[in-house]
Formats: sequence, structure tokens, C-alpha cells
Amino acid sequence: MAKIIQLQTGKPVIVEDNWTVLRAAEGETLGDEQIAAAVQSQDAVLFPLSVWKANEQLLAGRDAARTGVWLAPEDEPADAVAYYDRVSLVAVDFPVFRDGRGFSSAYLLRQRHGWKGQLRAIGDVLRDQLNFMKRCGFDAFAVRADKNIEDAIKGFSEFTVAYQASVDEPLPLFRRARLEAAGHKVPA
Amino acid sequence: MYQYDQYDQRIIAERVAQFRDQVGRRVSGELTEEEFLPLRLQNGLYMQRHAYMLRVAIPYGLLASKQLRKLAHVAREYDRGYGHFSTRQNIQFNWMDLERVPDVLEELASVEMHAIQTSGNCVRNITTDHFAGVAPDETVDPRVLAEILRQWSTFQPEFAFLPRKFKIAISASKDDRAVVQMHDIGIYVYENDAGETRVRILAGGGLGRTPILGTIIKDDLPWQHMLTYVESAIRVYNRYGRRDNKYKARIKILVKAIGAEKFAQEVEEEWQFSKDGPGTITQDEFDRVAQYFAPPAYEKLADTDASFEKHLLDDKAFAKWVSRNVHGHKVPGYAAVTLSTKPGPVSPPGDATDKQMEAVADLADQFGFGELRVAHEQNLILPDVRKKDLYDLWQAAKAQGLATANIGLLTDIIACPGGDFCSLANAKSIPIALAIQERFDNLDFVHDLGDLSLNISGCINACGHHHVGNIGVLGVDKDGSEWYQVTLGGAQGNNTALGKVIGPSFSAEEMPEVVSRIIDVFVENRIEGERFIETVNRLGIAPFKARVYADKQPREAATA
Repeated sequence: MAKIIQLQTGKPVIVEDNWTVLRAAEGETLGDEQIAAAVQSQDAVLFPLSVWKANEQLLAGRDAARTGVWLAPEDEPADAVAYYDRVSLVAVDFPVFRDGRGFSSAYLLRQRHGWKGQLRAIGDVLRDQLNFMKRCGFDAFAVRADKNIEDAIKGFSEFTVAYQASVDEPLPLFRRARLEAAGHKVPA
Repeated sequence: MYQYDQYDQRIIAERVAQFRDQVGRRVSGELTEEEFLPLRLQNGLYMQRHAYMLRVAIPYGLLASKQLRKLAHVAREYDRGYGHFSTRQNIQFNWMDLERVPDVLEELASVEMHAIQTSGNCVRNITTDHFAGVAPDETVDPRVLAEILRQWSTFQPEFAFLPRKFKIAISASKDDRAVVQMHDIGIYVYENDAGETRVRILAGGGLGRTPILGTIIKDDLPWQHMLTYVESAIRVYNRYGRRDNKYKARIKILVKAIGAEKFAQEVEEEWQFSKDGPGTITQDEFDRVAQYFAPPAYEKLADTDASFEKHLLDDKAFAKWVSRNVHGHKVPGYAAVTLSTKPGPVSPPGDATDKQMEAVADLADQFGFGELRVAHEQNLILPDVRKKDLYDLWQAAKAQGLATANIGLLTDIIACPGGDFCSLANAKSIPIALAIQERFDNLDFVHDLGDLSLNISGCINACGHHHVGNIGVLGVDKDGSEWYQVTLGGAQGNNTALGKVIGPSFSAEEMPEVVSRIIDVFVENRIEGERFIETVNRLGIAPFKARVYADKQPREAATA
């Protein structure tokens, strides 16, 4: 069974995970048979948002507890909202770690589109991006399979303070620690 | 200038530790070069032709004398005894050993300096007017908002992997000295009629392969909203900017593709979600940062000084230097002074040795308040010199080779490091700059020519800002050899303009003669007192082109 990093009450821990990601082989598209087989399987499966859009009826019958949706970088996060009640996991794919669109997707899913369940980074997920991902609202991280996950988890502890507001810290530094340092009361 | 508090200091200390670990993982092979590349770039570390180059951030070009001494120390102990001041108001060291870079960063952190985001596809060093805070033509000091922007952009988690690099400039003066229009986002700070501070936001400017000037996307915005607005603009860019082609990935291409009006509308819609939210800058925070930019303890002085006036009359060389290198100051009896890093053929534009840096740090302490600036034209500035000290300062600067009286003149060349160092370059820049400076080594003649900018870039990335030089020179590669394309009519300032290519490119050897002929046409056609750019605008490029290509073979002229 694969391992992922999950935030549990804010702390990153390594956990066993059995989700599989339905994804086309490189340079190919998903065939109808592949999709049908994934729908019928008893596995926990993350389906691409594009597959959800094209097969709503088919997917609607699946148990939400083992059904998820993943977004490609170009997908519109708002489009995932329609499937929130039929999935238990939303993921955002990083085809290459340098493609930073997934950070904005995560931010929007959390801040604007109200996803409260697990938000997982999948794909080219590496140690040196984990802290940024966490800050943008991810709480689960499927570190790339060939990387050492025990090493990757160190990526969360490198920084203990940040200037800006983001999903994990809704107030910028000047509205929290610095206010306190200046003797002001920080609003709850 | 801004002083770090415990949080600023902790962030850079943690950065040093993080980078030390990343270097260790690269050296052990745990990180591939592909994985390490964006990490080192976000820390200003490039692999160049001969060695690693480290670019150290000088936020909005502001330096304390102790920081400059530290840079001198780095140059001496970790490099080859010199540094290069860049057009982004930063400094670059060309001969770095990867394994020692973490030690350099630790040294820098001890004087509140770092190399964070001086490269990579993220928000880069924020630049501003090099006379900010002392300029007579500004109503608001842009450095306060520049520092607030610096902090916001540092490790902004959503925008660490943008489609391409992202440059922001902020300026508050009537005469724009920060080339705000050529930035991905440009910000003008001003006071409205009611005396309230407002910002105007431009987007989509940039040089490079497709030079475009920025368009106003928001006017009359209260300063409190600056961060949320900029964040909204960058979010739109991060999501919709092109990522399939490096040369089409800057924000300017997106703004051009969908139109500035549509882009502005998208940003405005995005902003509705964060408007008045926690990212809104508080008066408390503004005041906290502003206290560090409070005016130093200026003496109450008369605006004129008898000894200064006497030296002006008695010493022509001094008067010449004053006419170009000494600038107005908002406090009577004071002046801002530019120390030229362009002495001519003896040293590349923007370069300073460890000894020069230490000398300048001493001058900043002796003749100012221990503070100095780096101009995007690659010169150093002492912002607060008493007029009565100018003569002594001039002599001291002369002894260090830093008193060339050529600011804003033909030999005040902006040049990138070019093919001598940079692995991106198609051609060398420095030898061209030096050859042109050598050709025009008569300072009286150069003074008679008046304001004239000549900017050289070794490749289309345009670090030498060639598009906005009155004379622009661009290094190009043709069949494996180095050629130079010349543009005329570019300008920075309030009338920022992009130069036009005059024709087929030239060999390195031809370049001094090409510039000579352009200057000849100017001298022959100049109406008294006219500046070079005015003559070019009046005549168009045709007469210049005719002279430059007069003896070129038609076949050659036909192939660009």
C-alpha cells in the first residue's frame, strides 16, 4: 500500500493510503472501457474532473466514500463544486512541479468554493514545494513515488513564520504577531 | 532605512538553513539538477559559463554602509574581488563556489540581506526611484509601500511558480526614474486633490523578445488596497498566463492577448473577493514601516554655500562633475550625488571592486547618514550630501575612480554582463561598451552632446534595457557568430518609448564607428540645445540609417 503525508490537526504524519488515480497513459486519452472499469471497481478512485463532466450519470451511482475528483492545472475549480456531495476527496494534479497553477486552484477551492474535505496534491509532489502547498490549503500530499517520504516530511518544518495571509493562516503577519508585539490585542 | 524585527530576521535565518540543506542534497545527488534548478534560482544562483553567479537582493536599491562593507567582504573572500551592480538594483558575484554559497548567505543575513527571489519564475526584487525620499519632485515616499510589497512577495506561497519571472516597480516622483511602464506591474503612488495617498496600477509592461509598455488597469486606488489588488492581478496571471512557450509566458502576452480592458475587468472581478479583507494594509503597519524611513537628522542650512559656489567658479572639472552627477534634494543645503561606475575602458559598467565598495561605504558615513542607493543605471548614489561637502567628496571619489562626470551621458552606458559571463547571452556586451567608451574618451565632447542613453543587452532577455536606450544595442547570434542590432529612439522616464531597429546588424568591430556616425548625424542636424532623443524624434531614423549604411554592400543590407 502506498504512503502519503496527511495533516492531522495541523501536524504532518505519514499514513497508509489506498486511493488510486485514474489517469491516461502519457500521450494517450482515457478510453471508455478504462473509465467503465474504474467506475465498476471496488477501489477508492480519483476520477479526472473532465471524466466527471462527461459521465455524470455513470459516476453518480458510486459510493462517495471511495470516489473522488482530481483537477488538472487548466481545470476551473468552480466546476468541481457540482460534485462535492458525491465525492470524499478532491485532488489537484501537478504534472510538473514547476507548473504553479495548482497552488491557485487549491487556494480557490478552499477560500472561494468551500471545499472542507481532504484536499490532496498529486503528481510531481516534492519536498521543497510541500510548505507552499500546505499554505495554499492542501492537507494531504501524495509525494512522488520514487522520493523518500520520510525525508520529504521535513519540508514542513523549515519555516516557522510567514508574512502573508493564505489558507492556513488567514491573517497577515501585520494583523497578528506584530500587533501583539506592539502591545495590541489581536482580534479573534 | 528599514530595520528587521525578530520575524524578518527569523525568516532569513530559516532560509539560510533551508538552502544549506538543499545544497547538501544536491551535492549528495538526492536532488537532480532539474529539481535543484528552480530552488537555486529562487535564491539567485545561476550556473554561468565559468562558475555559479550569485545575485544578492538590494531591496528597492537601498543599502546601509555596513551592508556595502559586507558585500565588499563577500567579493574578497568568496569571489574575485569585485561585484557587478545590476539593472534591477541588485549586485551579482560571478565566481561562486556552490558549496560555499550557504556561508555567503549566512554572512549576508548578519546584515539583514539575502538572495531570496532574485531569480526564478516568481516576484523579483521590487525596484523604485533611486532618489526616493530625497527627490524634490515626489509627494509621497514610495519606499514604505515598496517594503510592504517586499514582505508580501517574500515566499508568497501561491506565486512561487508563476509562468515566468515577475517584476514590480513602484515610483512616486513626477519624473519617472524607475521605468515603471516596462514592468510586469508598475505602481505610481500619488496624492489626490484631497491629499489622500492613491496608487495607480499598470500591468503588462516588459522588455524581452516582445517589448510592450504597461497599461493602466486601476487608477485612484487607496493605498490600503495595494496588496490585495496586486495579488488579484497575479492570481489572474498565474491561472491564465501561457506556460507552453517561455517567450510567450510573461504577463504582457496575456494582457495583449485578451486586451488590457478585459484583463483589468478580470482583475477587478477577482479583487471583489479580497477587497477589504485581511490583506488590506493597516495604518498601524504603514506607520510601523514608515518610522524607518523618517528623514534623518538634517541640519538647518542655507540652500547655497559660499565655498561650494567658489569651487564651482574656480574648478572647471568640479563644475562639470556637479553639472552631471549632483542632483536636487528636497532639503535646503543638501544634494544627492551619483558616483559613476562607468570610468571608461578601464572597468565594465556596473562593476565595483571590494576596495571601491569599502571606500563608498566610508564616503556614505563621512558625507551622509551611512546610507546609499543603487540606481538601475548601475551607479551608486549618496542621497544626503551637504553642498558644502561636495568639493571634498568629489576629490575623495576621484581618488577611487568613481567621479567620472558622465551621468546621463553617452558613456554612462547600461550593459548586462553579456557573453563574457552569462550563459543566456548570444553575444558579449562588455567589450562593446568599453570600445564605445574608448572612442568617446573626450569628456568635453561627450558633455556637449548632452543627455544621451546608450544601453547594451547581450541577448533578447534585455537585462541591459536596450529597448529604452536612446541608442540601443542588442547582441544577436547569426550562424554561431556575434552580431549587434542597433535601435534608435528608445527612452525612459515620463515619455518612455521603445527604440526602432535601424537595419541589419553589425560586427563587434564595426560598433564604435556605427555609434560615431549616429552621433555625427546628430551633431550636424541638432538645433541648438536639442537633446539627442528630440533630434531623433524630429528627423526620424532615416538620415541616421542612411549614414550608418552608406558604404554597406546592398546584398548585406538586404539580409537582416
